[in-house]
Amino acid sequence: MKQFIYADNAATTKVAPEVLEAMMPCFGDVYGNPSSLYTKGQEAQTLLQGAREKIASLLNCKPTEIFFTSCGSESDNWAIKGAALANAKKGKHIISTKIEHHAVLHALQALEKQGFEITYLDVDEYGIVSAESVRAAIRPDTILVECMYANNEIGTLQPIREIAKICRENKVICFTDAVQAVGNVPIDLEELGVDMLALSGHKIHAPKGIGALYIKTGTRVSTFLDGGGQERGRRGGTENVAFAVGLAKALEMAIAKLPEMNKVQAMRDRLIDGLLKIPHSRLNGSREKRLPGNCNISFEFIEGESLILLLDMMGICASTGSACSSKSLEPSHVLLAIGLPHEKAHGSLRLTISHETTDAEIDYILEKVPQVVDRLRQMSPLYEDYLNGKI
Amino acid sequence: MLYSEKVMDHFMNPRNVGEIENADGVGEVGNAKCGDIMKIYLKIENDTVVDVKFKTFGCASAIASSSMATELIKGKPLNEVLSLTNKAVVEALDGLPAVKVHCSVLAEEAVKAALLDYFTKNGIENDMVEQCRTHCASCGHDHDCEGSCSSCG
Repeated sequence: MKQFIYADNAATTKVAPEVLEAMMPCFGDVYGNPSSLYTKGQEAQTLLQGAREKIASLLNCKPTEIFFTSCGSESDNWAIKGAALANAKKGKHIISTKIEHHAVLHALQALEKQGFEITYLDVDEYGIVSAESVRAAIRPDTILVECMYANNEIGTLQPIREIAKICRENKVICFTDAVQAVGNVPIDLEELGVDMLALSGHKIHAPKGIGALYIKTGTRVSTFLDGGGQERGRRGGTENVAFAVGLAKALEMAIAKLPEMNKVQAMRDRLIDGLLKIPHSRLNGSREKRLPGNCNISFEFIEGESLILLLDMMGICASTGSACSSKSLEPSHVLLAIGLPHEKAHGSLRLTISHETTDAEIDYILEKVPQVVDRLRQMSPLYEDYLNGKI
Repeated sequence: MLYSEKVMDHFMNPRNVGEIENADGVGEVGNAKCGDIMKIYLKIENDTVVDVKFKTFGCASAIASSSMATELIKGKPLNEVLSLTNKAVVEALDGLPAVKVHCSVLAEEAVKAALLDYFTKNGIENDMVEQCRTHCASCGHDHDCEGSCSSCG
């Protein structure tokens, strides 16, 4: 049988059968509009509210602080633009980092065009932002600090609790894009101390098309989508009850499996150690402060798109930060931010595994990747130059 | 699928990969920063390309473009090789995505750079030599690529 190994869980995940099952009533009898007063509508309202309460309880916040959105990007846009709009009278300065997801970076760039000033903090060679650099960047007109919880490419975990503390001390709103972190690392919102947190369903085995934004009571954020008063008047649009139920179920399952994350981490470590045996390779990101399922390695003398397509032929789904795989033809801004030269950013491979990954699959990846790397090196003039001592 | 079947075929089974020892002409274009480098080796006898090999660092379309370019010039007289265009490479590959057309440009330039090397080594002067010399848009990317292609220094 042809092998098929899905090792791109940071891109998206398979909908869990239990999640699908939980959603099914919403595609059948429970079709009412949650805003309708009659029983049919209230059945839907009950499911929606149940989902909200479940998520709030899992993340340790109030149900009134959870707002459903259509995706992580919407949550990011709402948090950033909503906070900017609501606090513009106080100031127009926002702090973020150089390694954010494009949903954040492009939202910030849109604000720059409207007269906001953004400070993009540097990261160290492992992709970690220093909390002290946040403190140093805060000015009297700073209204928002945004920092991702975990990086989508190199899996680096950021010191969000420390950053949130500094924000509190300086009375600045703290928002974290936790799309990659939720369900992969324990998160307790009360203990974390952020004012806003974005999460997405399809990264944790819920369907694409559902996300949520946590907004702590009292946080000044403008409404992003005007409509018929849904989500307590903060986010219009008839609620996607089925997907909200799916998101709650997925989050419940992910958090229930957190104690088994050490198994995923052990497989990840085997993957990292095995791939680093390939000569001229390097691990991108921090070895310790890293998402349990993330492996990101650069191979010199080869280019990532070729690597991904050859791995695909062998049934392995993975991704790369190479420019040649991006529409912009620019290599990953994250890999450049941690100091990789362009040519090493081109040769990066990201494998992101999950609870569904098996040891046999890790073996298969460890068997195939070296073959593919070697094959591409054999036809690489850079490798030839290296062998001839020219570089 | 991002690529045509032809591109995938030439990427998966590239023709003429390798080096030629004591090649009559060698051309290398592109740079690592941009993400693609092509190197072409020519064996020339009686004004004909009798053998050609390539090595490429780059994406699938860069590898496929190099492979196709070598197929298009193998066994051809030099005057025909000189008229190779990136368009011919794209057509032979049943098309390339718009953002990948620069790979075919690079393939054309690698061939021309190899020819220029041959002409220069043999003290041959003609119109085409001048054309090869002045032509350089190897990268084709919209960002600033440091350094220029090695075909024109």
